Amino acid sequence: MSISIAEHDYIRLSEANMEKNKIDDKDLNFKATELRLGLPGSESPERESVTVKKRGFADTINGGSGKWVFAGNGGLEVDLVQNGGNKNLGCVKAESDVLVLPKGGLLEKKGLVSVKSDGQTSVPATKQQVVGWPPIRSFRKNTMAVSQTKNEENNDPKMGSGCLYVKVSMDGAPYLRKVDLKIYSCYLDLSSALEKMFSCFTIGQYGSHGAPTREGLSESRLMDLLHGSEYVLTYEDKDGDWMLVGDVPWDMFIGSCKRMRIMKSSDAIGLGKILNTPQNLDFSTTNQEVKSPLNLAPRAMEKCRNRN
Amino acid sequence: MMLLQPSMDPNRKRAKSVDRVDSVDSGSESFESTRKCGFPDEVLERVLSLIDSHKDRSSVSLVCKDWYNAERWSRRDVFIGNCYSVSPEIVAARFPRVRSVTLKGKPRFSDFNLVPEDWGADVHPWLSVFSTAYPFLEELRLKRMAVTDESLEFLATNFHGFKALSLLSCDGFSTDGLKAIATHCKNLTELDIQENGIDDLGGHWLSCFPESLTSLEVLNFASLNSEVSFDALEKLVSRCKSLRVLKVNRNVSLDQLQKLLLHCPLLMELGTGTFMQELISGPVTEFKTMFSNCKNLVTLSGLWDATPLYLPVIYPACASLTFLNLSYATLRSDELANLLAHCKSLRRLWLLDTVGDKGLEAVGSCCPLLEELRVFPADPFDQEIFLGVTESGFVSVSHGCPKLRYVLYFCRQMTNAAVATIARNCPDFTHFRLCIMNPGQPDYLTKEPMDDAFGSVVKTCTKLQRLAISGLLTDRTFEYIGKYAKNLETLSVAFAGSSDLGMESVLKGCMKLRKLEIRDCPFGNAALLSGLTKYESMRSLWMSACNVTMNGCRALAKEKPRLNVEVMRDEEGSDDSQAHKVYVYRSVAGPRRDAPPFVLTL
Repeated sequence: MSISIAEHDYIRLSEANMEKNKIDDKDLNFKATELRLGLPGSESPERESVTVKKRGFADTINGGSGKWVFAGNGGLEVDLVQNGGNKNLGCVKAESDVLVLPKGGLLEKKGLVSVKSDGQTSVPATKQQVVGWPPIRSFRKNTMAVSQTKNEENNDPKMGSGCLYVKVSMDGAPYLRKVDLKIYSCYLDLSSALEKMFSCFTIGQYGSHGAPTREGLSESRLMDLLHGSEYVLTYEDKDGDWMLVGDVPWDMFIGSCKRMRIMKSSDAIGLGKILNTPQNLDFSTTNQEVKSPLNLAPRAMEKCRNRN
Repeated sequence: MMLLQPSMDPNRKRAKSVDRVDSVDSGSESFESTRKCGFPDEVLERVLSLIDSHKDRSSVSLVCKDWYNAERWSRRDVFIGNCYSVSPEIVAARFPRVRSVTLKGKPRFSDFNLVPEDWGADVHPWLSVFSTAYPFLEELRLKRMAVTDESLEFLATNFHGFKALSLLSCDGFSTDGLKAIATHCKNLTELDIQENGIDDLGGHWLSCFPESLTSLEVLNFASLNSEVSFDALEKLVSRCKSLRVLKVNRNVSLDQLQKLLLHCPLLMELGTGTFMQELISGPVTEFKTMFSNCKNLVTLSGLWDATPLYLPVIYPACASLTFLNLSYATLRSDELANLLAHCKSLRRLWLLDTVGDKGLEAVGSCCPLLEELRVFPADPFDQEIFLGVTESGFVSVSHGCPKLRYVLYFCRQMTNAAVATIARNCPDFTHFRLCIMNPGQPDYLTKEPMDDAFGSVVKTCTKLQRLAISGLLTDRTFEYIGKYAKNLETLSVAFAGSSDLGMESVLKGCMKLRKLEIRDCPFGNAALLSGLTKYESMRSLWMSACNVTMNGCRALAKEKPRLNVEVMRDEEGSDDSQAHKVYVYRSVAGPRRDAPPFVLTL
């Protein structure tokens, strides 16, 4: 099963400048305002994304997986971290999120954003690279790249070294997140963290119902959404099989987990052998006394509770 | 002791100075009768030779001709901040008795790939001149210079008393060049190789040190990748009894390090190799005493791959540490907290952002004497990473470490309020380098530009010498800088500003500005030309990916013949009217004669 994740990066800047820029944008046609990442004065209108001749080191690290996105994720990710999703709502579908550019539109000129004729802005789907940014010396870049590869090769939790980043995707969310499994000690910690990270998207989905404002959506409503059988947390193990998170002991889990996916329970039917019992499909009844966000396998929840 | 008045007219002749001396001390007649002119040169030279500061020496040389001469003859140590600002011939002519030279070459942004290869800053012309002018040269410290193996060989074979070589961020040479140094420099005391673009052909160079070499005091090869012969290393370390700085590379294992430490009890600075064992051969206890002999250790670095299992090994050495470099150890907050509990004397701390805000809280509570903090990103290019440090970590440190004066902080979110708090807590900042890694990112809570953040820094921290700004910034930031940052000498700007006014404010207001480096900002010709009268008092100006045109640069070059205005043409062959990379610097040596084809001097 493949997850299609459309990458939309929304930039949220101050409301104050919004009005100013709206007027300017109206008159521009798409072609004129479609700007790419290029140095001032460079032509080449036929290019969608600019290839920078001198490869930034991002290219050389991890086979080019390191790419840079501008002014997009930054603001949003940040909100998620700090506010547990309560404040920053509507980051997926909010129409009020209009890109506000500083006077002179530097980011625009740099092709970091493209301004469409209706005033909507977005960072181009292909993540662009900036040479020499962030300003880190080559030696450090190369050294950290080596460390990362080493960590990926020797993913032995007992070593206790470094970090263990795995990608987490959520059905319906516009982009992936990455978490370091090493910083959590049990399933409960992990699922709480994931809940915080992705709650924004869940709320966004229900935006049209309750028209949530910053202080609108209460804590309890959030919990309700997640404790319901809406979503389950699954992971892909070393063998490429998709399993329900929580079935195996924690240490074994972090040793074999390659990536995670928060999927709709409706899609999770038939996932792994543990979902054969009807009990597992409806967590809201079995786990009511245990606050089990993201619906982990009940056995794991028991273990976690005992440990705590 | 009679003192010459400091405010003498530099053009005064000798005769006049006699009168001056007379009037100062009337009881000196007997002295005066034996002397025709002021201080004996030998005495003056002796006195001046005690002055180390380059700034002071510059001032001294302006007093009068006598002092100029005395100063130049007593100068042992020359510092050249921009190798193209002066020629080796001029240096040699003015300072005949130099023993130590420090040379800096390429603009700083070359560290981040913004300067093409073969740009210049070749050390060889300097070595050629020095081989005749300073045959007794002892020390050479190069930063961002182009160095070849031939040059290193030339150095090793032409300067017989050569003692200390330091290469930082240089490129163009290989380990073969190091072989030459190791082989021929019989009196070598220092070999310091840091973060260079070096062609690593193997570790054999270390084995080239002869058995007779026992003078080594500093050996740093931490940034070299290939393995050296441990046998050769151990023998070298054991026969160099004065070794005080040893920084090995990652290939040196823990048990190898343990053996090395037995041989150098006087060690003050240590850079470890890899700090874990892949195959857990024995208990960690076998390393417990590793550091108990190192009574003099004040600096510890390396610690690659350090794990919580092995980190406690360094605890015995922590109490006396003043500088701890953990920027290659991916520690978590709890691991750091446990370690820092032992490090009460720390003045300088370098970390990776894997420690998170919680780790920084530990810094704030454990290290009250901290003066310098650098937090590097473990994964700067991966936007999906959720972790790292935020404004709250920085604030925690500022609460616990009021003596902070140097900070380099990479983060993914920041607020104006947090920076204002930080500045209030630490008013003694001299170096404030904040890198919000997403270009143009605003205050994540208020969505405002980060203008007020840097405004509060420059207003509160009056001693500020160096500033690097980031985030969403309008011209207001630059107005603040121009208005308040009166001691600012170095400013780094990227993806900031709204108009020419920004750069103009800085050029107008920052009296002590020496280095200005700008990239990807909307500053154009008006801004560039507003600094017309200022650039000669600065070391250099760098502007890349701004709105400056060739005409603007030509205008500047025409008005100021003593400035070198260099434009680097973009490889992609774009419109000639845009000046993509501009480098302006003062020079008494005239335009470069070694400029490559893509560098145009206007």
